[in-house]
Amino acid sequence: MNELLAILIALAGGLAGGLVGVGGGVLFVPALTIFLGLTQVEGESTSLLMIVIVALVGTIRQRGYGNVRLPDAAVIGLLSPLGVLVGVVVANEVSERVLELSFAALALFIAFGLVRRALSAPT
Amino acid sequence: MAPDPALPSHRMLRLAAIGTLAGAFSGLFGVGGGTIIVPLLIFWFGYGERLATGTSLAAIVLIGLLGALAQGGLYGNVHLGTALWLSIPAVFGVIAGTAIQQRIPQRAVSLLFAALLVAIAIELVLR
Repeated sequence: MNELLAILIALAGGLAGGLVGVGGGVLFVPALTIFLGLTQVEGESTSLLMIVIVALVGTIRQRGYGNVRLPDAAVIGLLSPLGVLVGVVVANEVSERVLELSFAALALFIAFGLVRRALSAPT
Repeated sequence: MAPDPALPSHRMLRLAAIGTLAGAFSGLFGVGGGTIIVPLLIFWFGYGERLATGTSLAAIVLIGLLGALAQGGLYGNVHLGTALWLSIPAVFGVIAGTAIQQRIPQRAVSLLFAALLVAIAIELVLR
């Protein structure tokens, strides 16, 4: 039963990844920790490998559809470790709760922008 | 790189900013960089939703690989067998998701993304 739920959540994570271009870790981690009994660290590490596999297949499919700009992706991907360092510094300076609430506010702000744009753009 | 007459240095700076932010947010919140990459490619570069999500997936491959390397093979915390078998339904999902995405209006992708962001915001507040 737990395995079946994990499979369904993994399927949903992949589906979300393909639809909106995220890795799916938001769903993979709970599938691994809640339903397959991995610890949080094990779940996040294992999820990372799944994200690479899923994103790779998604990239190949999207490239087939003509929807990938590889040079842009390379710049973004290669500079991300710099961001991880920035994140570590920030995490040591600011309380975790403040960070979570800030990011929640930012997510809502971005969501609002996307909705406004989607409802006004003639695409 | 494809010819882009519009301010290549600004373009590069913005891409660098997206990469740095994606790394920072994934390090801070454990949410994938895609949450940041997709909207910024749309807002800053005027990418269509399909191009933004496709390019985001390609960047995530690199971010994930670099993350795994940085953690030194993840200290043996990866359950390899579990990752591989659970990736099978996930891969079916991503193939279906990309196929569906080609058949729905791009603005619908934006609305789905906005719904995902609201869900993440709620999860962060309740954490």
